[in-house]
Amino acid sequence: MDLTLKVWRQKNAKSKGHFETYKVRNISPDSSFLEMLDILNEQLISEGIDPVAVEKGCKSSGPVSFDHDCREGICGACSLYINGRAHGPDDEVTTCQLHMRKFKDGDTITIEPWRSKGFPVIKDLVVDRQAFDKILQAGGFVSVGTGGVPDGNAIPIPQEKAEESMDGAACIGCGACVATCKNGSAMLFVAARVSSLALLPQGKVEGAKRAKAMVAKMDELGFGACTNTRACEMECPKHITVNHIARLNREFLCAKFKD
Amino acid sequence: MAEKLISKIPEGPLSEKWTKHKSQIRVVSPGNKRKLEVIVIGTGLGGASAAASLGELGYNVKVFCISDSPRRAHSIAAQGGINAAKNYQNDNDSIYRLFYDTIKGGDYRSREANVYRLAEVSNNIIDQCVAQGVPFAREYGGLLANRSFGGAQVSRTFYARGQTGQQLLLGAYAALNRQIAAGTVKSYPRHEMLDLVLINGEAKGIIARNLVTGEIERFGAHAVVIASGGYGNTYFLSTNAMNSNGSAAWQCYKKGAFFANPCFAQIHPTCIPVHGEQQSKLTLMSESLRNDGRIWVPKKKEDVEKLRKHQIKPSDIAEEDRDYYLERRYPAFGNLVPRDVASRAAKERCDAGYGVNETGLAVFLDFKTAIERLGEDIIRKRYGNLFQMYEKITATNPYKEPMMIYPAIHYTMGGIWVDYNLMTTIPGLYAIGEANFSDHGGNRLGASALMQGLADGYFILPYTIGDYLASKFKEPKTDTNAPEFAEAEKAVRAKIEKLFSIKGKESVDTIHKRLGHIMWEYVGMARNAEGLKEGIKRIQELKKEFWSNVYVAGENGEFNQELEKALRLADFLEIGELMARDALNRNESCGGHFREEYQTEDGETKRDDENYMYVAAWEYKGEGVEPELHKEPLKYENIKIATRNYKD
Repeated sequence: MDLTLKVWRQKNAKSKGHFETYKVRNISPDSSFLEMLDILNEQLISEGIDPVAVEKGCKSSGPVSFDHDCREGICGACSLYINGRAHGPDDEVTTCQLHMRKFKDGDTITIEPWRSKGFPVIKDLVVDRQAFDKILQAGGFVSVGTGGVPDGNAIPIPQEKAEESMDGAACIGCGACVATCKNGSAMLFVAARVSSLALLPQGKVEGAKRAKAMVAKMDELGFGACTNTRACEMECPKHITVNHIARLNREFLCAKFKD
Repeated sequence: MAEKLISKIPEGPLSEKWTKHKSQIRVVSPGNKRKLEVIVIGTGLGGASAAASLGELGYNVKVFCISDSPRRAHSIAAQGGINAAKNYQNDNDSIYRLFYDTIKGGDYRSREANVYRLAEVSNNIIDQCVAQGVPFAREYGGLLANRSFGGAQVSRTFYARGQTGQQLLLGAYAALNRQIAAGTVKSYPRHEMLDLVLINGEAKGIIARNLVTGEIERFGAHAVVIASGGYGNTYFLSTNAMNSNGSAAWQCYKKGAFFANPCFAQIHPTCIPVHGEQQSKLTLMSESLRNDGRIWVPKKKEDVEKLRKHQIKPSDIAEEDRDYYLERRYPAFGNLVPRDVASRAAKERCDAGYGVNETGLAVFLDFKTAIERLGEDIIRKRYGNLFQMYEKITATNPYKEPMMIYPAIHYTMGGIWVDYNLMTTIPGLYAIGEANFSDHGGNRLGASALMQGLADGYFILPYTIGDYLASKFKEPKTDTNAPEFAEAEKAVRAKIEKLFSIKGKESVDTIHKRLGHIMWEYVGMARNAEGLKEGIKRIQELKKEFWSNVYVAGENGEFNQELEKALRLADFLEIGELMARDALNRNESCGGHFREEYQTEDGETKRDDENYMYVAAWEYKGEGVEPELHKEPLKYENIKIATRNYKD
């Protein structure tokens, strides 16, 4: 298939970005979206565009930078906003799992980075998501050190609780929820962690404290508030539901009540 | 130089070695730990667990990863599970049995003492992860569930759906986050180690590139831990993540750390077949699928022809016309033979003309029998995310039609040589997880990589590193203004400048793909002396071409993924050559290393225990000079050496 791509180019965090238009040809429908971008990059390299020369026009050219790694939907690195949707026009997939068979020959595809105050652009389609690490550092753990823990079977956990916890733990930290939310809220991300730990006896101990600390950090880092539009849930590649937000709110209120 | 290979395996009975060793090595007092700095490279299961545990002990840790977050390390992609000798299933499992299966699975090319210790601490890992809140699969009664994996006749694999690596890594990453918050660990994401710095022959720091700004930075410490994973991406197409690379380990090799058994690369039997030239990586389908999936090809060539022309569907082929070749050849283990055996068997059928897709390089993995027996719901519960992943990639519904699979490069058993303390031949330099060589011999069993990474990081390194650091607390902080740092930085800058100055005609990926073709063709699933020699020649030619004709776009002082790839490829070109050299030296077949000249009548591996029961450790001798081979003999005092048998 032949396609027209409108790609966001931005030299670095400080410069102003813009769209550039490219054409790619003979793309196999079995290729993944990122393989299509690999082909674009090979093309841009072969054209030998000299980025230093174009820089005068405040443009960033040469190959397009984008985050990617495992290319099987689990590392959470890839993060593209494609035709106005986080991870593009397929449900429950990350960008790397999106395949070109979802597009038609002759289509024009617009490709942007995550756009959120919490995730500043580093270059082109690459954003800085360290804010997510900082939120987890505020309390997204169980305070146990290595060693001196009881036997794995010492505390039975009902199967459905373990499964529900796993539903939240499946979060890959990609940031699609933030990019999709009109308020740029990280509520689904925070909730997935708080809720999956709160469901287990091991995580329950610090549940209230964890909820409070992580929410406070999220607010501090400039993420917006949750207004229950549920857009995050629609675009989450791992199908994490807003039920986890409800559980977070319970933990959070509990903590506030105790204060 | 032979004295450099002192394995430091403690004396005494096998089951007491580790306990005895721990009681004899030195410890560092809490007050002195605060004065000591440790650098950890990599944040996968090994690196994250080590950094967290060292931080908890009170050391000052600096941890580096190339991703934007420690959580993205490739351990995250491990699907199937983690082994432990808990014997929760009452199926007569034990530490000894896990040890025995691992040695046998590795085709008698791993160290007894290391593997026994691994089996010993395996149980602590499960307890640790449960305490961290890892949501392992559970039975209705609330106890932990298990499943079976290749190479074992007991059920000892713990799992969290098809995302076990993810959950274990998030556990280690959470422990790491707790230490980052406590201030004992400082995290450096988007930083890549480009050189190791030695002062008086001891590891004292690294040179790293800040991948966002391009700045070249110096970091000093009292010890350096390499946890940067394997070098499977030498083949370009592999199940490894795109950014996984062997460069950190390779810099250590070039600074004097011996590199052991580089030719031992694992080819995983169940990956989604290659779709075409635009392919960038291969996707693994977890080995756990072989619990319920049955592998087959048609018995009749005419059915193969019709399949390739899409005239029939696989489900149209009658039961009696299917060749369940693993069940036929290996009745005792059936579809659960080890990975190397399953991979070669698939290749054998495809080479014989029974491959089921257009390329002829695919076999079926079929869930029909299991769905009839258990129902679609149970299969969905066990493998739902894997089935979804398969369908998204191939547009085929595996509940209705069998999956198509083919072997692909997955894991490297070889790596930096380490002694029993996990220290390399360079004092103060440690290697853990996939980056070292010690536990898996010629072939790694499924669900053992996660076990090893966490064993090294949580329970072994934090003890053994103390023995070295106990003599270092009087030393001042490493001065990064020392001439050794300046020299290493200068060399790194010169290498980067050289890469930009070439301005050739070939892109980095084009050359990497060509390297991949050479590796797969000559150093792949079946190797022979003539092919390996040809492979070495071609790799050397390609290396020359790379250094004279590569085009690296952009500049150093910016976020530049082309430069990152070029620096890694420069090392892959050298790693590939050493792999071929090692494969050529090893005149036997064992585990994943299959030399066509050395096989039994029915095509199984034929070891040569008399001449090759050793670890091949290679020492770098300089650019353009052949590396020197050192041999560490392997002694089996507790296990009877036998030919691997998965038939009866």
